[in-house]
Amino acid sequence: MIKIIDLHKSFNGQAVLDGINLEMPTGKITVVIGKSGVGKSVLLKHIIGLLKPDRGQVLIDGVDVTQLKGRKLQEMRRRFAVLFQGGALFDSLNVFENVAFPLREKTRLPEAEITRRVHERLEQMNLSPEVANKFPDELSGGMKKRVALARAMIQEPEIILFDEPVTGLDPPMSNTVFHLINKTHDASGYTALVVAHDLPEVFQVADYVAMLHRGRIIAYGTPEEIQRHQDPKVQSFIKGEVDFLED
Amino acid sequence: MAIFIRPLGRWVLNWVQEAGAMLLFLLQGLALAFVPPFRPRRLLQEINLIGVKSTLIVLLTAAFTGMVLALQGYYTLRKYGSEGALGSAVALSLIREMGPVLTALMVSARAGSAVTAEIGIMRITEQLDALDTMAVNPMQYVVMPKLLAGLIAVPLLTAIFDVVGILGGYLVGVVLLGVSSGAYFSGMVQSVVPLDINGGIVKSLVFGLTIIMVASFKGYYTEHGAEGVSRATNQTVVLSAVLVLAWDYILTSFFM
Ligand SMILES: Nc1ncnc2c1ncn2[C@@H]1O[C@H](COP(=O)(O)OP(=O)(O)OP(=O)(O)O)[C@@H](O)[C@H]1O
Ligand SMILES: [Mg+2]
Repeated sequence: MIKIIDLHKSFNGQAVLDGINLEMPTGKITVVIGKSGVGKSVLLKHIIGLLKPDRGQVLIDGVDVTQLKGRKLQEMRRRFAVLFQGGALFDSLNVFENVAFPLREKTRLPEAEITRRVHERLEQMNLSPEVANKFPDELSGGMKKRVALARAMIQEPEIILFDEPVTGLDPPMSNTVFHLINKTHDASGYTALVVAHDLPEVFQVADYVAMLHRGRIIAYGTPEEIQRHQDPKVQSFIKGEVDFLED
Repeated sequence: MAIFIRPLGRWVLNWVQEAGAMLLFLLQGLALAFVPPFRPRRLLQEINLIGVKSTLIVLLTAAFTGMVLALQGYYTLRKYGSEGALGSAVALSLIREMGPVLTALMVSARAGSAVTAEIGIMRITEQLDALDTMAVNPMQYVVMPKLLAGLIAVPLLTAIFDVVGILGGYLVGVVLLGVSSGAYFSGMVQSVVPLDINGGIVKSLVFGLTIIMVASFKGYYTEHGAEGVSRATNQTVVLSAVLVLAWDYILTSFFM
């Protein structure tokens, strides 16, 4: 289980996370929703120790990630995969090499097996075999996202953090991606955090939903509970109402 | 008075702090060369990017530098009737001074800026973070092979510069201006001593490391998006040129 306790983070005196408490049960998909700029990516980066909090803890099976360094941190990170918001594909490597990267770096699989797995993942993401030889700057935004997804899933990690897995994809493709997340999740049962503001589609993958607002989690529950939630802020966000009053 | 001294003090402090940070960055990067996993392919890629791709510009600069040196040298030496010393004048200027410095400046303009831009883009597009989350040390994967490549490529390019410069000098001095070919080369052989050559090698090693250290450091700590990358690239070119010339003075006084 991943447990975030009283997490605080400010940038230049501006509080972004202001006492986050959140639990992500093992084997479940927890979705964090919230407006753009509210700190969803910042929260995600604390979970893998890319950012250090000003205060608070991130416990993974009881171990505080925020205190880990060096080899211990690296070992912890091997249990994770991350889909970055912009994909973070390596510009100097082609699609095949990008997806194969975690296997080549972190396993001793023979090249034939790596090739097989990479092609399997690419196919799963509806990417044609020719794409394998392209470089990231030759891909459309949606293709990049799917390649990044393939790379994140290739090692079948215990925990996957998805930062906006479908933003920028057309509706059929975002449904495909959510379907893929569900399918791979059913198969391997990883623990997942999905950060998204694509409503209501994201509810189809969520076991639990948390809403981040002004540095805090203001609502938490199953998708049904969130959809019935009393708080007008939650309701207006879910319904996509324009709010002229908010900053 | 304080109005002037305070900003100056702050500037100096900042500078010293940054220099210290850069030196630590360098040491950390070099230390990682001795820690597995080893990735010889990465080193070859970087030698290609930093070294091989700078060859053309080094060849061009070297040829013209040698030619100018011969022209100027001939003009000066003729006043004393000692045109015969042209070969040794050209060779000593190149080996001791012009070769290492101009090679370093050319590599920094061509490859240093590219290194900063590449690493800076990796920073702002979270590629460095992605490496980190895959438990691959970005310092070791990205920066270390570049430092080694600088250490290997810049001395080799300097050697090429020296040879091509000497041939350029030959073209102008012997072929165009009529200095005797025998005098050109025998003067060279007699006057260039091992200290000159060693001094040139030490300079080029130091310069190569300095350029790539600055370039990688500026890229690695890029902030504020695309604009930050272009600013960092600028700073790399300026700072590495200044540092190369400053080092040059220090090392020259050492190898007198
Ligand atoms: N490294 C940083 N330095 C300074 N400020 C930062 C940094 N990273 C994020 N911020 C600030 O923190 C706030 C939250 O950013 P974050 O990227 O987490 O938003 P988000 O919820 O992921 O938004 P989006 O949905 O648009 O991706 C923003 O105001 C941003 O400017
Ligand atoms: Mg974000």
